[in-house]
Amino acid sequence: MAEVVFDGVTKVFPGETVALDDLTLEIADGEFMILVGPSGCGKTTALRCVAGLERPTRGTIRVGDRVVNDVTPRDRDVAMVFQNYALYPHMSVYRNLAFGLRQRRVPKAEIDRRVREISAMLGLDDLLRRRPAQLSGGQRQRVAMGRALVREPRAFLLDEPLSNLDAKLRVQMRAELKRLHARLGITTIYVTHDQTEAMTLGDRIAVMSNGRLQQLGAPQEVYDHPANLFVAGFIGSPPMNLVRGRAEGGRVVAGDLTFERSRIPDGEVAVGIRPEALSPSADGTPSFEFLVDVVEPLGDEVVVHGTTTGSTVETGAEEEEVPTQVEGARAPITARFDPGVRLAPGERLRLGVRPDRIHVFDLRTGAAIP
Amino acid sequence: MSERTLFEAPVEAILKPLPDEGEPTRRRFLFSGWHLVLLPLAVVMIVPLLWMLITSVETLNETRHFPPILVPHQIRWQNYTQVLRQAPFARWMLNTLIVTTLVVIGNLFFCSLAGYAFARFRFFGRDVVFLLVLATLMVPFQVIMIPTFLIVRKLGLIDTLWALVVPNLAGAFGIFLLRQFFRTLPIELEEAARIDGASRLGVLFKIVLPLSGPALATLAVVTFLWTWNDFLWPLITLYTPTHYTLQVGLTTFQGAHQTNTHLLMAANVMSMVPVLLLFFLAQRYFIRGIATTGLKG
Repeated sequence: MAEVVFDGVTKVFPGETVALDDLTLEIADGEFMILVGPSGCGKTTALRCVAGLERPTRGTIRVGDRVVNDVTPRDRDVAMVFQNYALYPHMSVYRNLAFGLRQRRVPKAEIDRRVREISAMLGLDDLLRRRPAQLSGGQRQRVAMGRALVREPRAFLLDEPLSNLDAKLRVQMRAELKRLHARLGITTIYVTHDQTEAMTLGDRIAVMSNGRLQQLGAPQEVYDHPANLFVAGFIGSPPMNLVRGRAEGGRVVAGDLTFERSRIPDGEVAVGIRPEALSPSADGTPSFEFLVDVVEPLGDEVVVHGTTTGSTVETGAEEEEVPTQVEGARAPITARFDPGVRLAPGERLRLGVRPDRIHVFDLRTGAAIP
Repeated sequence: MSERTLFEAPVEAILKPLPDEGEPTRRRFLFSGWHLVLLPLAVVMIVPLLWMLITSVETLNETRHFPPILVPHQIRWQNYTQVLRQAPFARWMLNTLIVTTLVVIGNLFFCSLAGYAFARFRFFGRDVVFLLVLATLMVPFQVIMIPTFLIVRKLGLIDTLWALVVPNLAGAFGIFLLRQFFRTLPIELEEAARIDGASRLGVLFKIVLPLSGPALATLAVVTFLWTWNDFLWPLITLYTPTHYTLQVGLTTFQGAHQTNTHLLMAANVMSMVPVLLLFFLAQRYFIRGIATTGLKG
């Protein structure tokens, strides 16, 4: 086991594509670190740099006390689980698991012991003689993990390992991963674009965009205090509501919403409110008008989509080109209420929000204003 | 998301038998316009073979008869034994087998190495070099025959079987074929193997080649046929009759003044047996390999 350190790592691909831009990140020994971001943000490139599949253009990568920039993948002693598992199709599960140990000339008896141990741990005992083609998606996934773990690597790299599983299996495997990590304590770097995985799995998460580290911290901390507009728009589902506004003399006005904030510099701002921070009654808190558009009862909560006066803000974290601007100059708002709240499309009401739950960002730099 | 990931489809598709092989559901013969073209073509292909078979069991006089005698008066199997007695036929067969085997093995080995390098390594000038290799496919053998001869003579290999083996150990066709095939394999398999501790050569021999059965079989069959049937090069490099290959040996039945057509055809039939056997055995791989590399013919 070992710590993994990125020190000013930049990766430029032929054609001047900058996949990683001066990434500095320290992953402690035994830590479970999540790299999260939209596709193309450089998270996979970062992982491949640790694995030795890509060579950084600038900067150094350290595993343990060794700089590994010029070390071949085989000598780095890290293991990786690929998104598509990359099981060797012509080998049985047993031989897939044993391959890495054989390459390292581990004695046969020792290989057998470790393969049996890991396959018992992952529930693969009955599958050892099968070929990957004869396994279900979940089984393949477990074999891929087993193949990485059986080597007892110094660092464990996972590249969106759950994205090819169906939703139910994903929830199961998520819990299993967490259990495995608690048990083995291997330094783990986990790449994902999935919110839930990012929030639930990691000790810390590193939010990335355009090859840059946007924010690093414990999941809850990142959720509660997004450092900039990108993180605000990316972390959280449904995403944070963002409305364009203006700060002047300690008072912020965004559309219909007005609230006080001391020591805020004058200028253009974006006002951000998490869907669950909204309440359907004003109660003397700052509030704004809201026109209900769609109501989604989910059983344990109800998600209400609608609009308010004002215009929205692009964060760069939008998944796809969904037209966010509806009905001319109105900003879309999403709110999460208790299931008891009954609303109907077309209804108008005022939504309240506590001032301390309102985030304010500088519209020019995107940085959060405390 | 489906259980079978997209990524695995190509490799598994290769490893599975083709769906239209094995036990086809018997369908009644349906006539289509294509048969008007295919049937005459089939006749054109098969008539020389039949004629060869017939001639090989006739007497010399019957072979000279006009119009040709299509049903011999008696079947002369002794033509075959006479060929074996009159010429070192078994020796030629052995020579040809040795040469062909070595050339096939050499091509599989060296073309794999070169093809893999062109497919997966990033090195300066790779694409230019690959283009040059491809360009050699356009150079007719007659153009390089004399320079090759001079080199082989310098190496002191003239009139030995090595003269046939050494210049043919690798070829542009094989390099091209294997490179194209290797590029279709999912690269993650190779990356996984490298992280698992395999060297670049280890990846090639333990992961890539075991998954390249169809392409390797295609290359083996094509190389076998070319080498087995090669005539011009053995003709100019081999002088001693016991060093001959089959194709050169066959010409000894063809004199300036008289041709022993019946013996020639008997020898021909025998020389074709291994080729036909191989073709029938490897046909399924052969056709699949050609299909998977997107090459026709």
